[in-house]
Order: sequence, then structure tokens, then C-alpha cells
Amino acid sequence: MNTKLATVLLLASATGLAACSKKPPVVTPPPPLTTTTTVPTTGPAQPGGPSVGTQAHFAQAVGSSTTIYFDTDRYNIDSQDAAALQAQAQYFARYPQLTFTIEGHADERGTREYNIALGERRANAAKAYLVSLGVDGGRISVVSYGKERPIALASNEAAWAQNRRAASIIIN
Amino acid sequence: MKALIALLLAGTAITPAAAQDLGAPQGREAPVEVIDSGSDDAEIRITDEAAWSDIGIAIPAFATDRERPTPANEAGTGALGREIARVITANLRNNGLFKPVGPDSLPQPAFAAVRAPSYGTWSGQGAEMLVQGYVTARDDGRLVVGCYLYDVQLQQQLVREGWVVAAGDWRRAAHKCSDLIFSRLTGESPFFDSRIAYIAETGPKDRRVKRLAVMDSDGANHRFLTLGSATALTPRYSPDYSKILYLSYVDGNPRIYVYDIGTGKQTLVTENKSPTLAPRWSPDGKFILYSMAVGGNTDIYRIPATGGTAIKLTDNPGIDVGGSYSPDGTKIVFESDRSGSQQCYVMDADGRNQKRISFFGGRCATPEWSPRGDQIAFTRIAGDFNVAVMNTGGGGMRVLTRGWQDEAPTWAPNGRIIQFFRTEKNTGRSGIWQVDLTGQNERRLPTPVDASDPAWGPIRP
Repeated sequence: MNTKLATVLLLASATGLAACSKKPPVVTPPPPLTTTTTVPTTGPAQPGGPSVGTQAHFAQAVGSSTTIYFDTDRYNIDSQDAAALQAQAQYFARYPQLTFTIEGHADERGTREYNIALGERRANAAKAYLVSLGVDGGRISVVSYGKERPIALASNEAAWAQNRRAASIIIN
Repeated sequence: MKALIALLLAGTAITPAAAQDLGAPQGREAPVEVIDSGSDDAEIRITDEAAWSDIGIAIPAFATDRERPTPANEAGTGALGREIARVITANLRNNGLFKPVGPDSLPQPAFAAVRAPSYGTWSGQGAEMLVQGYVTARDDGRLVVGCYLYDVQLQQQLVREGWVVAAGDWRRAAHKCSDLIFSRLTGESPFFDSRIAYIAETGPKDRRVKRLAVMDSDGANHRFLTLGSATALTPRYSPDYSKILYLSYVDGNPRIYVYDIGTGKQTLVTENKSPTLAPRWSPDGKFILYSMAVGGNTDIYRIPATGGTAIKLTDNPGIDVGGSYSPDGTKIVFESDRSGSQQCYVMDADGRNQKRISFFGGRCATPEWSPRGDQIAFTRIAGDFNVAVMNTGGGGMRVLTRGWQDEAPTWAPNGRIIQFFRTEKNTGRSGIWQVDLTGQNERRLPTPVDASDPAWGPIRP
């Protein structure tokens, strides 16, 4: 039991911030702006860690900020989303060779076709915000999955909140 | 005519009233996918089906003139005659129509009795109506199926018809006979001889495999059309059943393809890098409606089915999506969230005169115009998702189902029954259900795996 716990702790510290904060916020939103300043945007990945150009590297660098979340049927960028997108913009400024896709998603409590259109809206809202922060739009593609790719599988408010999202995914 | 001659040469006493040749089976050998890349505010009239459902109908096995082997049934034409009677019985029973009694609990009439029923026997069985028929195999391998409906009390023939079918299409003859009985006894248009396109679903909720599939109106003759490597959604049969419009993620993005059932070939509905969704046919099959998201904003477009220039029908910062033509092709009902939430709107077929029609509280999504023209079915979102109908002006709203998530209604060809899909809470499992306009008769359709996005085609040509 003790050794197991120790191993878990070791692993957790090895992957750093990213692993701890990987779980999307359900009730508690991510801390705004302060996250941005603590993001490890300087220095290369640790030896043996994920390399530039992988999703793991991106996630290690920006933590939970790879994904932003929306209210029901909404697609506006609120202050939490803005902080996350600023963290993303800093990362993409540091690695200008990277291109990426923003995946727009909706929760299951919508009709199929409307949800595809809604996912488009969300992904494009995230893209527009990143472009406004100086990221070249040519580096960003968008795709909507509507309600086809839930990340949380229950049918309750907490799960739906996690599924209403726009996730930035590094293209290799 | 040929069928008639063949029968006379064979020396049979029975002449089908009108042996209509139903042609060759359609697209049965088609390969599986290979891709590399109205009446405004008309009052709703609901016929009470209770009166029909009390009618007892005896449907004994169809007789045969002589037992012959047929590709339709290894045991021969006699066994096939029994199968045909079973299909008719299941059709009438499963749709809450009448009280049919099938061949397995009835005496079998002789071939000669098909045209001259022994009424005494049947009234003794408590039957008010009697369906008799025959099946004969022709030398060319095709089948002739005759169908007769008798009123047992009046001792009178009410209607009869015959069909020539390829052996592989024997179920169509059973559906045609079901339609003949249904229409004669109810005065309604037929609907059994029709097909359904839908999405077959397997796998866990977060990695659902979704395949394009088709089946007859009773779930028989099921076929998968795509392999499942790419997510397929929202199919729509063309009015002549030669093509299916559907959405596929095969190139990584949501795009509408036109799937040719005969050849298995697929083409993009429009060459555009923007995603396209929500495909629909015009009633005459000459136009296709699709929705396209440009820079995140979705509007509705119309393009000739043969290709050409697309016309933008809506131009609004809200999400405008879907669309369903009135049967005369002059109007389109669609959904839009331009007011702040999903609501239903009607416009002229050229996009003019866009007018919201849903004002009853809750949201109005996935509207579908009835083939009869008098009603619009839609997904009503008010807490749960339910299938509802309203008249074409938005009045007379009635909720027909009570599931947790009932979505995407599609009409039977006669506008009397609505299919939709029902999703289970938490598991995400889905199935196709149907309900009649009274809301009284609801049932799940049998499908080999989970199912969603049903699209009911018209009566087959």
C-alpha cells in the first residue's frame, strides 16, 4: 500500500502540473490569468518527457487550458476561457512550427444536427479569439463533432458541463 | 399481361385481378461502401383507430396450385404461402391495426377455395374479415401472388389484387397485400411497402461506431451500407430509392455525401471546404437542401440534385439548420435559434417570407412536414425531448411520446405513423420507435443492433 502510494506520488510529480490539473473543471473553474503566469512556457521538456509536437507536450505546458468549456447552448468566450486561450496563444507563439485543430463539442441534451452546428460555433469562437491574440489563422483548423464524442459519459449536469467544450489538439 | 398469360397456359382457374409487375429487386447486390477519402392552420383531424383495432381478421396460409421449389423458400411455394400470411399478420398486429389471427392457428384453405371461401367456417372462427391468397412459381423463377379480402358477414369480396415479383422480393407482395387490406378497411393511403434508412450503432458511448443501414418498413431485408470506420449520420432516402443522402466524417470533417445504392459510389453534395450537414430531398427529388457552416455560422442552402449552383436560402447570424419541404414543394419548415433558442420557422421554397411558427413554450427542433401536408412533426424540448406534432401554422400542438430523449421524427408515407429514435439516459443506447398520431400505439422496431436517425422513404415505385 505504501509503495503503491509512493509510486503514484512520484509519477504525479514527474509529470508535474499537467497531470494534476488535467481533469476538466466541473464545478470549480480553473483559476483565471494566474494560471497563465505559472505555465511553464520556458525551458524544454524534461529529459524523457513528451517532445514538442505532441499533445502531451502541449498539455504539460498549458495544463487544463487545452480545453475551454461553455454554458448550455452558448459559445461566448468568458474570462476563464480567455485565460486558457491566452495560455494556448503563448504556447503557439513559442512553437510557431505547430499547427493544430480545435474540436468543438456539445452535450447530449441537444438534437444531433443542431449540436454539430453548435460545435462549429464553439470551435470557431475559440479560433477567432486565438487569432485576435496573434495566432495565425492558417495554423488552426476546426472540426465539430456535435454530441458524437462525449468525454464524460453520465447523463447529468456535471457530465454535460465537461462535454460542452472546445479542445485544441496538436496536429503531428 | 405476361403474368396473366402464363397463368392461363398453366391451366389455373385463378386470374389475378391486376398482376402488377413489381420489377427486379433493387440494389440487392450493391457493394458496401468503398471510399478513399400547405394547408395553413387546417384543423387536425385524427381518426380514432379504436374502431379499426376491434376488427377481427383471419389470415390463413396462402395456397399454392402446385408445390414447387423457389429460391424464396427452400421448402417450396406452400411454405412460402404460409410465410406471406405471417408477414401480413405481423404488419397489421404490430401497428395496432385490427385484431389479426395468423396462419399458425387457422385451417389452411385449398387452392380452389381462395376465390370461393367457405364463409361458414370463418364466421365460426369469429372472423369478421378474411384474407386469402395464393402463390405460384412461374417457370422463369418469378412468383405470382394473389391477395383477396372478404367480408365474412356480408359474404362478399371487398377487393383483390395480384403481383408478379422476383423470388427475392416475395416480402414486397406481402406488404402490398397488407397495404391493400389496410387501405380498403381504413380509407387511408398505404405505407407498408416502403423502406427505412437509419444509423446502426454499436460500441461504448464515447467510441460509438455508426454505420449507414437500410431495412424494410417491418425491419426485414436489413443491410449495412458502410463499414463503420467513419461515423455516419442523418441519412435520407431519395424519393425513388436510388440514392441516400447522409453525413459522413470519412475525410475527418462532417460532410454530406450522395450514396448511389446501385453502384455503391459516393459523391460530395457540394465541393466546398466548409462542413455540410442536415441533408434533405425535395419531394420530387430534383433538389437537395443542406446546411453549411461558414466561419461557425450555419445557414441553409439549396442545390440541384444533379449538381450546379447552390442558392443560400437563409442569411442569419443564428444557426439555421435542416429543412423539410411541404409535399407540394412550395414551402420549407426549418429550425433556427435566431430568437435565442431553437424554434421552427416556415419559408417559401426560395427562402422568402421566413416566419416563426412555434410559440408554445419549450423549443422546436427537427421539424418534418407530413406527406399529407396537414401537419409538422418535430422534437419538442421542454425538459425532456419528446416527439410532437402541430399544424402548419404552429397551432394545435400535441405531444405524442414521453421518453427521456425522443428525437428526430420521420413520417410514414401515409402520414399516419411517426418513427423517431429514443436514447437511454446514461448508457446512451438508442433504438428506433414508432407512434401513431393518436399517441396510443407506440412500439420499438426490431433492429439487429442499436439504431438512430430513422428516415422513412415513400411507397416504393
